[in-house]
Order: sequence, then C-alpha cells, then structure tokens
Amino acid sequence: MKAYLALSDGTVVEGRRLGAEGTTDGELVFNTGMTGYQEVLTDPSYAGQIVLFTYPLIGNYGVNDDDFESDRVQPRGVVVREACEAPSNWRSTRSLDEFLRERGVVAVQGVDTRALTKRIRDAGVMTGAVSTLGPDEALAAARAARPYDDTDFVASVTTRAPYAWGRAGREAIDQPAASAKVKMVAIDCGLKFNILRRFASLGVRTIVLPATATADEVMAWEPDGVLLSPGPGDPARLEGVVRTARDLIGRRPLFGICLGNQILCQAVGGRTFKLKFGHRGANHPVKDLLDGSVTITSQNHGYAVDPDSLVGTGAEVTQLNVNDGTVEGIRLEREDATSIQYHPEAAPGPWDSRKYFRAFVDKMERAAR
Amino acid sequence: MTGKTVVVLGSGPIRIGQGIEFDYSCVHCVWALQEMGHRAVIVNNNPETVSTDFDTGDALYFEPVTLPDVLSVVAHEEADGVMVQFGGQTAINLAEGLAAAGAHVLGTPPEAIAAAEDRGQFDALLARLGVPRPPGRAVRSLDEARAAAEEVGYPVLVRPSFVLGGRAMEIVQGPADLEGFYREADAANPGQPVLVDQYIVGTEVEVDVVSDGVDTLVPGIMEHIDRAGIHSGDSMTVYPPVGLSREVEARVVEVACGIARALGVRGLMNVQFVVDGEGTVFVIEVNPRASRTVPYLSKVTGVPMVRLATRCALGESLASLGYGSGLWCSPEDGRTGYVATEAEILQGVRQAGLFAVKAPVFSFQKLGHVDPALGPEMKSTGEVLGVDFTYEAALYKALVASGVVFKPRGQVILTVADDDKPAAVAIGRRLHERGYPIGATGGTHDALAAAGVPSERLGKVQEGSPNLLERLFEGRVSLMVNTPGRAEQATREAARIRRACIETGVACVTSIDTARALADALDVFEYPSPACCLTLGEYLRPAPSHPPAEPADSIA
Amino acid sequence: MKKILVIGSGPIVIGQAAEFDYAGTQACKSLREEGYEVVLVNSNPATIMTDEETADRVYIEPLTVEFCERVIARERPDGLLPTLGGQTGLNLASQLAEQGILERYGVRLLGTQLDAIRKAEDRELFRALMREIKQPVPESWIVESDSELEALLDVVPYPCIVRPAYTLGGTGGGVVYSREELWETGRKGLKLSMRSQIMLERSLLGWKEVEYEVMRDGKGNCITVCNMENLDPMGVHTGDSIVVAPSQTLSDVEYHMLRNASLRIIEALKIEGGCNVQLAVNPDSFDYYVIEVNPRVSRSSALASKATGYPIARVAAKIAVGKTLEQIENAVTKTTKACFEPALDYVVVKIPRWPFDKFPGGDRRLSTQMKATGEVMAIDRTFEAALLKAVRGLEVKAKGLDSWHPQGEDSTNGDASDALRAALAQPTDERLWALAEALRRGWSVEEVNRVSRVDPWFLRKIQGIVRAGSPGHPRQDGDATEGSVYKMVDTCAGEFESFTPYFYATAESEDDAATVLERRPAAAVVAME
Repeated sequence: MKAYLALSDGTVVEGRRLGAEGTTDGELVFNTGMTGYQEVLTDPSYAGQIVLFTYPLIGNYGVNDDDFESDRVQPRGVVVREACEAPSNWRSTRSLDEFLRERGVVAVQGVDTRALTKRIRDAGVMTGAVSTLGPDEALAAARAARPYDDTDFVASVTTRAPYAWGRAGREAIDQPAASAKVKMVAIDCGLKFNILRRFASLGVRTIVLPATATADEVMAWEPDGVLLSPGPGDPARLEGVVRTARDLIGRRPLFGICLGNQILCQAVGGRTFKLKFGHRGANHPVKDLLDGSVTITSQNHGYAVDPDSLVGTGAEVTQLNVNDGTVEGIRLEREDATSIQYHPEAAPGPWDSRKYFRAFVDKMERAAR
Repeated sequence: MTGKTVVVLGSGPIRIGQGIEFDYSCVHCVWALQEMGHRAVIVNNNPETVSTDFDTGDALYFEPVTLPDVLSVVAHEEADGVMVQFGGQTAINLAEGLAAAGAHVLGTPPEAIAAAEDRGQFDALLARLGVPRPPGRAVRSLDEARAAAEEVGYPVLVRPSFVLGGRAMEIVQGPADLEGFYREADAANPGQPVLVDQYIVGTEVEVDVVSDGVDTLVPGIMEHIDRAGIHSGDSMTVYPPVGLSREVEARVVEVACGIARALGVRGLMNVQFVVDGEGTVFVIEVNPRASRTVPYLSKVTGVPMVRLATRCALGESLASLGYGSGLWCSPEDGRTGYVATEAEILQGVRQAGLFAVKAPVFSFQKLGHVDPALGPEMKSTGEVLGVDFTYEAALYKALVASGVVFKPRGQVILTVADDDKPAAVAIGRRLHERGYPIGATGGTHDALAAAGVPSERLGKVQEGSPNLLERLFEGRVSLMVNTPGRAEQATREAARIRRACIETGVACVTSIDTARALADALDVFEYPSPACCLTLGEYLRPAPSHPPAEPADSIA
Repeated sequence: MKKILVIGSGPIVIGQAAEFDYAGTQACKSLREEGYEVVLVNSNPATIMTDEETADRVYIEPLTVEFCERVIARERPDGLLPTLGGQTGLNLASQLAEQGILERYGVRLLGTQLDAIRKAEDRELFRALMREIKQPVPESWIVESDSELEALLDVVPYPCIVRPAYTLGGTGGGVVYSREELWETGRKGLKLSMRSQIMLERSLLGWKEVEYEVMRDGKGNCITVCNMENLDPMGVHTGDSIVVAPSQTLSDVEYHMLRNASLRIIEALKIEGGCNVQLAVNPDSFDYYVIEVNPRVSRSSALASKATGYPIARVAAKIAVGKTLEQIENAVTKTTKACFEPALDYVVVKIPRWPFDKFPGGDRRLSTQMKATGEVMAIDRTFEAALLKAVRGLEVKAKGLDSWHPQGEDSTNGDASDALRAALAQPTDERLWALAEALRRGWSVEEVNRVSRVDPWFLRKIQGIVRAGSPGHPRQDGDATEGSVYKMVDTCAGEFESFTPYFYATAESEDDAATVLERRPAAAVVAME
C-alpha cells in the first residue's frame, strides 16, 4: 500500500505504508542515530513530532520487551528509508511494522530520507503529515496541522498520578523504601525510564510527580534532591514548572536534564529560542568549560538557552556544543543546582556522561546527612 | 586547454599482478591534471588507496571500475575525457566499451590499444617494423596447439590471451605435457585464443616509455637478473643494466620508439624483450598502459613519467616539455639529464649514477598448498627497492629489504636442475672460498666434486639420512638454492623443499641467477658499512663528496 | 620540535598492503600542514609516501635497525611516529627504542607510547589490564616451548585457536580441532613467532565478530569513528571476512555496551591516536569477549576512514604532535570538528579479494590467517545494493550471486546437499556464493544459519536477492544513468552542509552531486614543487 509524506511547504513524496493506516500530522524532525529507534519511538520528548531516521535501515534488530523509554509510542509519525521485515536479534519479539501497527502509528517507508533531511536542514523544521489515504489528504493534513509551538505537550505526557521507582522498577507510591539510601523527587515533564533505571541502580528511590506539582508538594516528600526531567514542546510555555523550579532553588540540590536545563535557566531569568532544526542524534560533542574535556553525547532538543539572557542571573555556563556553540550545561554553584542539555541516560546513545548520575547521587547523599 | 573535466579510472582491488603501483600512477595523473588546471574525477572502489582519499581528486566516485558504472559517472560529470592507462588492466579493458558508448578516451586511442593486445594485428605490426618476436601463434584447439609447438620447436610457452599477470602461463618442455597446460590456459579465459610461442632462453629486458605519438622517451632500461621464464613481476631487476651491450641497448630503444610511433601511443607503454645468446632482441610483450615498474623507474630516473604521459595524453608534445626521442641519461658532471639518441648510445652513455635493484616479496607463509617455485605465473605480492652507488650494495639492500636473512656461518644447500649445474659450481666455489660449508644433493654434489669443490652429500626428500629436510629443521641452514627441475617427480619434491624453507624461515632462492647475484653481493653482506644511506634526491643528484659510481662495465 | 621521522610498512605482503601507503601519505600531509619537516623511510618504491611531493626527505632504504639508525644519525629528527607503518613500522620502532638508539639520538616517540603498545600486544600484560578494568577476555594459555604445549594437549577445550605472538597479521595461526592438530600447528607457531610465543585460546566459533575504530587524544578525549560487523562469524580473520559498516544486528544497548568497552580499553591503554578493538559477541545473550586490540592505524582503520569520511591517519598524526580532537577540523564538512562520531546514512560492504584465481591449487579455506591480497568496498543505501555493487567490483568471474556448484557435487558417491553443507560450514573465498546457492535451492534461513552461523539478517537479505532473480546487475549496460543518482559521504548524515565531493551511486530521487557540480568553482590549480 502506498503512503505519502507531505510538508507544509508543499512537498509531497510517495512511499509505502509502514505501521497503521490513516493520516497523522506533526513537526517533522530528523534523528541521526544509527541505532536506538525503539528508544526514540518511546521517548516522550518526541511527542507531537514526526521522526525521520537518517540511517536508512531501521528495524534490523526488531522491537523487544525491554528497551522502552515510556509505555507508549510518542511521536505521531515515522519516516524511514527501509523498514526491516524480518529482524534478527535474540531479544526481538516483533518487527517494527508489527509494533507500529499494534500501537496504531502511521508511518511511511521507501522515501529518500537524505533528501528530506537536507530540506529540513536548509529550511528548518516544518510541519508535515503522513497519510495512506492519498497525496492530497497528506498535503491537506500538513497544511492544517497546528503549529508545534502552540501546543503544551508536557501536559499530555506527564504522569497523571505520582508513582515511585526503586531497584525493582515501578513501585507503589506508599511502599516503604527500606533499601533506598537516597530519596529523590522527579518532576515529570516527559521522563524516560532509563533516567529512573540509572538512579535506581545507584540506590535511589525516585518519587515521580506530575509536572503540575508545586514546590510545596515537592518538599512534602522530603526529597534529598530534585530532578527536572526532559520533555517535549516549547520550554517558554512552561510557566508553572519554571515557577516550581524557582521556588526550589537553594532548598534542595537540583539536577536538570534537557528540558530540565531550559527550565532551570528560565527559573533564574534566562530565555530560550528555537533552533533551526534542533539536535537529535547520538554523536554531539560537548565541551566542559571547567576541565576542557569533550564528551560525545546523546541529544534530543529543538530549543536552546540564549547565553546572553543568563548574564547577571548568577547562572554559569559550564558546557558548550562544539559544533554550534550552543549552551549545553549550566550551574548555580552556591545553590547546588546543575543542569545539562543532553541525555546522560543515553537510551539511545553513548554512555559517556553517566558520571552525572553518580555526581548528583553524591550530592543528595551529602544533603541526606 | 584548461578547465576540462577528466575522469581517471583506478585499478580496483589489489591482487597479484595488479597492485599498489597503479594507485601511484592514478594519483600522479590526478596531480598532473590539477597542475594543468583541469578537474580530475576519480572512479575507484579500493578503500586501501590514496586515490580513494576524498581529498586527492576534485571529486571521488567510490564505485566499481566497470563499464556501466564508469559510463554513469562520465555522463553525470559531463566529462570531457577518460584516462584509462593508469588503472592497470582493469581500466584499459574498458577503453573499447567507453569509446563505443561515445566517451572520449584520452591518450593512446582504443584502436591502438586493441592492436597491441590482438595477436594477429600485433604480429603484422612487428613484421612491418622488422622486429622479431619469438615464433608462435594464437591457436583455438589442442590440435592447432600441437602443430604450432612442433613448428616452432619445444620448449614452448603456452598462455591464455588477455589475462593479467601471466595467469595459467606455462613453459612446456615436450608434447607429453602440452595437453594439460593447453586445457588450463584455455579454461583461464574461455572463448579467447591460446598463445603458443617458442620459449627463448636469454636475458629479459624491460622498458616503460612515454610517447606523444611522434617522439618517444625511454626513461630507463631495466635488466632482469632472473632469466627469462620467470614472470617480470617476480624477477629481480636492475637499473641501469649491468650485462647488456651498447648494441642491445640501442636496439631496445629503437624498437620501443618504433612500436610506440607505429601504434600511435600517447602516454605510457611497457615493452618486454628477451635477448638471446646471439644478442638478438625479441619483443615478448607490449602493454599500452602504465605498468608496475612506472613508480620505481620514475623515482630512480627522476623523470616524472606519469606527469609527462598525462600531458602527452592531453595533446602536449615531448618536445614542448623539454624532452625528445631516445634514452634518458645522466651525465657524470652533475648537469641535468639529457636524452641520448641511438647513435649516442652506440658510442656509450652513462644512464645513471646510481644502481637500483628491485626485488619481489612473496606471501607464501600465508598461503597453504601454494608452490613457491617461480615461473611464468606471477606469485609475488609486493616489491622492495635497493638503491646505491654500486650494483653490489644495491643488490645487498634489495635482498635485505625483501627479508633475506643471511647467516654468515650457516650451511648453503645447493640442489639445482641439470642446466644450472655449471652456474651452481661457480657459485659453490665462491661460497666455499669464503668459508661457507656447502651441502648438495646427488647430481649437484657430483658436479661440485668433479670441479673440486668440497660439499656434504645430502639425501633428497625421500632418501635416507642426512637429507635436506633434516638439515632445514635442524636450523643450521642459512640459504637454500633450489632451482626447478623438469621431471614431474623432481618438481613435486622441490615444492616440498621450498615449503619446508618457508616453514623454517630459511631464505630460499629458486633462480640460479638470483643465487649468483647473492654470491656477488657477499662482500657487502659481510661488510655492509660501505653501503650508503642517503635520500633518493641525494642518489639522483649526488653532492661532490659522495663517491661516484664505478663504471658499470667493471662489474658486469 | 621541528623534524619528524615516519617509518613506512615496507613491501606489500598479505596482511600489510596499500592501506599503509594511504595512512602514511595522509600522516605526512597532516604533519607538514602543521609545519613539521617530515623524514620518511620505506623500502617500497611503489608508494605515494616515498614521493618527494609527500615527504621532505625520502629514504628508500631497507627497513632494518641498522639503516634506520643511520637515517636517525644523519637527520637527527626530534620525533618518531611509529604507529602508521603497520606491524613492520611498529616492530622497528620498538627495536630502535629497546636498543637505546632513540635515547642516544634524543628522538621522542610520538603518539601512543611503547609501554601501551606492549600492553596491547603482549597477551599476559593485556589480559592483566583487561582484568583490572573488568573487561572479559576468553580463557587462554601462553605457551613458550614444545614441552609446555605438550602439557596442555589434554587441558584446552577444542576447538581451540592457536595465535603466534609478534607476527604479521596472525601468520601461522589457526583453529585446531584435536590434540594432534594442536601439536602440529602449535609447534609451527612457536617457530614463526618473533618471541617464540603462542597463545591457545577458547574458540568462539559462531559468535558475531564486531570491530570498533576508536581514537583518543593526549587530553583523554575519546571517540568512536565507526563500528563494523563481520558477516562471517568468529573464526575467519577479519581481513578475510565480508564486513559491513555500521553494525546491522546490534541493538542500541549492545552497540553502546561494546562501544563503552572499547573506550574503556583505549583509556586504560592511554592510546594517543587510532586504535582498533575486536570483540566477539554471543548472538543469544549480552555476553561478549575482547578478542584483540591493535594500538595503531590498521587495515580496518583505512576501511573505516573510507566508510565514514573520517580521516583517521590524518587525525592520528595531529594527535601525535599534541593536538586535541576538538582542535582538529573535520576535513569533510569543514564546518565541524574532528571531535564527533560520524553518522552514516548508507551501508558499506567490504569484500576481500583473494589470490586463488592465480593459485588454483592453493588451500582456499579461510581461518585466522589472512589470505586476501586486497579488498573492494561499496556504498549504497540498502544492504542488497551495496553487497551486489561490491561483488560486481571484485572483478571475479561471478558478476553477482550467480548459481554456484560446490566441489564434489557431481561425483557419483557424494550427495549434492552434503557438498553444499560442507561449503556452508567451512568458510572459503566462495562461501558467499554457497550461501546464496543454498537459499536458491530452497534451504530455509534457519537451516543455513545453523550450518554457517551467519546471522539470519544477512541470510534473509541474500535470500531476497536470490528470490528477486537478479543475478546482480541492478543497472543495465548502455542505460547507465537510468534511475541512479549520486549521494555524498559527509560524515554527518546530512545534518551539516558539506563541501567534499565524495560520492556513491544509488537508486534514489535526489542527486547531491548535481548541486555540488553547479556550484563548483573553476578547477582549482594546485601548485606543485
């Protein structure tokens, strides 16, 4: 069956159906990772987007029961060059097509993904649509799609009720955390499971609260530290979470990841801006200004912090992207708050930044004493 | 003429017979084109090379060097021309197809390439020029092969046409062996004729020339140290020659220039000759393209062969580039080189102030069940060069660089074919005089004894103790000289001996000429300090303090 | 520091071929770019690196300690770069250091230091280091004499791998299946080893073989240039394996588990430059073993450079003179830095070229001793197209995955399927065709996998090619331009604009080369000396 991808600039390309039938729309973005499609497809930060994978062969190792980053498929559509019909890996339980169909996600394969990538690179991200109904339907959907920046996606991905995560995974919130050395609250703007897994492996019990939680609600859990999570959408919309973060600064050690970095920056008075086509991939070099080292990081963000807006806020820019010089990390030394724009939890991507979990746990342990 | 787009074809994967040398030629062609202000586009699919480095050419198409793939690039680039003569047989084989599809083949025209490779046309051309080649012809059946062999007389060389590196090429001693070798040659390139030629025993000589279609420059003459019958890629060669008469050198230059002009070569051409005992120069092979000796010859003559060839291929003349017809020579007084005419060669010229010996390097240790004996089929994977102001020092360096480890006090074992016995006696005597213990098998031992050279009599493989293999595995042998016999039984035994040498790390010389050369170089082996250690430029343009070379004649 | 000595790799032999001319030439250019005077020694004249255009001072002299010492005495270089001339260059540099020659003339070794090289190449030191950083290595035994070998004949598990230490490309090694074979091969290996040392190792036959090309600078920054998966499972030398880049059957967790292991290894070794890490991966679990580390530029790094556009030797040379990855420009994009990891948006297939057409009587079985003389690489947007393009470029009789008949099939006493089964089980230069033939004859992917241990992912792709009935040529002679465009190799999957015209053909819609051609400046004039 044919499927079509249309862009809001009028481009329509024909491909073949992948996943469910129907029509879907969203902001078209590309990811340059060569592995990790299952993690990407379940990463809440992709909510509201159509993800195009630049690596042409997607689905080679199938979809397994372990590598989920949330309980559902988050992007609204998927674009690939070739989806593997007969995957091969010892953990694979189904093919990409079976998985997308099972989850009702509309996708397209058999298109020139490199040409589309270059289009986005040159013109910037734009809305698009994928449809199995026909080219006209796809184009109409792409043009009718609501602009990405107008939607509060955090509200749609955050947890409805608080829950806990410990060594054994998800736990009942009222279960006593006997073995946990440290208790952390995570404000869920679009948490990835691997962040929780990493903290749990270091002996942390995490209380996950909805993004609407206030500082008082957070403090009521008597956490040793607070995590500001990654998540989707325009960070400038998140006045509530920013206020919560502002109220927490200096009261507990804070750690922000990705959107959490943008929230912390806004909390001290900084501003964010939209990047032309974002950073999505597993190969982004980041320089640590404190020790001069460069680390390869996993990234997924469409907005960045304006460094000029941080001048005079007390926030110190500690890390920069080697390619485009954008802000990759800040710290408030006195207030014991740090944040990074990339993903130390990887999933997908390199494990080189795992030290940040250890460092934050150390801080929390000190705070706990 | 500037600003043209030229597609340069690479030579594909490295294989025996088509190695890294062609990468050298392609890269130099690209540089020459860029120097002329053209856009050089590379097509090649070998990841190991400099030509496929993305910053070598003005564009790199990482694609197979096959006709459709190349045509596609030519069309896409709207290329003004295609350079086929630097990418070995792979590239030159595409000349005809490219021309037929309308692409402009630069340099030697495809018809000339075909004329050089087609036996009938080429024989006619040689006849017209009055140049002899070993008698023989192309045949298409076993009966025809038998008739041809009877006509020219055994031994004959049997080989397939249009194949690389002497594949399935064999020297056939008599009618009994003909059928098997004919079938092998026929199977190697089905549908193409098999060539049956008289096998001439003599000295092989090789030249690579640059021609503009009218004038032809011979940068240097290379003499093979191994006698004819060993593939040119496997033989040790020396530049300048040490054993050729002025007449032979002049004739070689005359013939090479004549062929280049008659074919209309624009660019490079390689010609191989054999010189028989009477000094008659026979042409045995012509390749209308860059050959594997181009890099080495360019370096030791100082003539930028690929650059000149590229310019000639694009229409410039040798005269306009400051060269002309004849042999490149290097005068003793340190002035820059000049082109010597045939008349001057007959008067006596000094080709070079240095000696350069090329030695092959093999990879037999990696390949099980492969007979390391040398013959008309190429077996080496690489080469080294020894350069110095004397022949002996150059030879010594080439041997050392190729991995020969010569233990000064170890036994030297001689086991040679009947034809080689007189030479083996001379070598044995020399080694004995220098204090090397000699071991020899049956016939060789008898020959040595008859000449008064003492040696230990060793058994062959199946004979009782002490035998060759025991000595080898005892680790007391420093050199094995083993030349292939003719009987099948002897050949099989020889193969076992040579394989054992490989397993025990003993240098094994399979050509009597190389053995003789090694004996010649013994002085340097024992006292290496007189050997120089200089940059290539210093050998080419020696400062006054460096010793001038002894005249070649005194060594030959 | 002003003057640097570079040692080449000498003559081309199996296991050490043109890739070192490529690496050496790049290094010379790279060092001269930084303002150093380069002195080069190599005995092989058929190389670009021995051009006076490439190095400042060229010595075509034997690669022996004696001649190198004379070069050093004459030139008085400040530094020596030993890691670009293959095993030959590295061994020679070690000897020069061990004999005190470098010290005597005040020559500094640049890049990865000798103790790191020793730790990577000496089995015991390497295993101790791996234990220290908790990286798994297969059980093994070091043997240094016939009597030690004899004592182990009934101890080691069979099949067992014999690897002689300090030889070129694993010369003299092999897989042995019985105590008799071990006795024979082991003794041979002891003779061939420069140090009379062999290692016996648990065989991991059938496991996936994966390589990582990694780089580290003097400040400790580490990156992965590329990973590669061998189509041939463990048991075949990587130089004799069909290799695919990037890996195809590893999930993200597996990819990064192995990447992480590779980076921890180069950190522990304190590599300064390029390094190749070979790993064996259990196809049915997260288990893996570190098999081998090459602390230098290698054949695999040449392949990785061409497969990604990342010039490993060029960058390694700059690291050796003290630059950090972040200070070095990405020569492809010219807009980003060398401190990143290439993202591929295509598939690369390498197929070795073997010399058996010239040696019909040679032993065609592939094992841990390399036999190929060269290789071809093909780039395309699908595995099938890349594989067929590579086959087409091999210049062998088969132009595609044509029908193929195993030896002995026609003999009256042999069962046809037995001959084919044997051809699947025992890797040879023709195994790719044997795999295709079995699938053509209707064998199931599961059965072919069971016999050959080749991953089902590759087998299904080959099955697809065979079923499509296309023997190999996706394009027809004559209409060469039909349906194909040229895409660019840009190291970044299109994320950044790139200016290096490095192209491959593919059946797609948009042509990258066309836009470059439109923009192309008048041909650049390069000044030559």
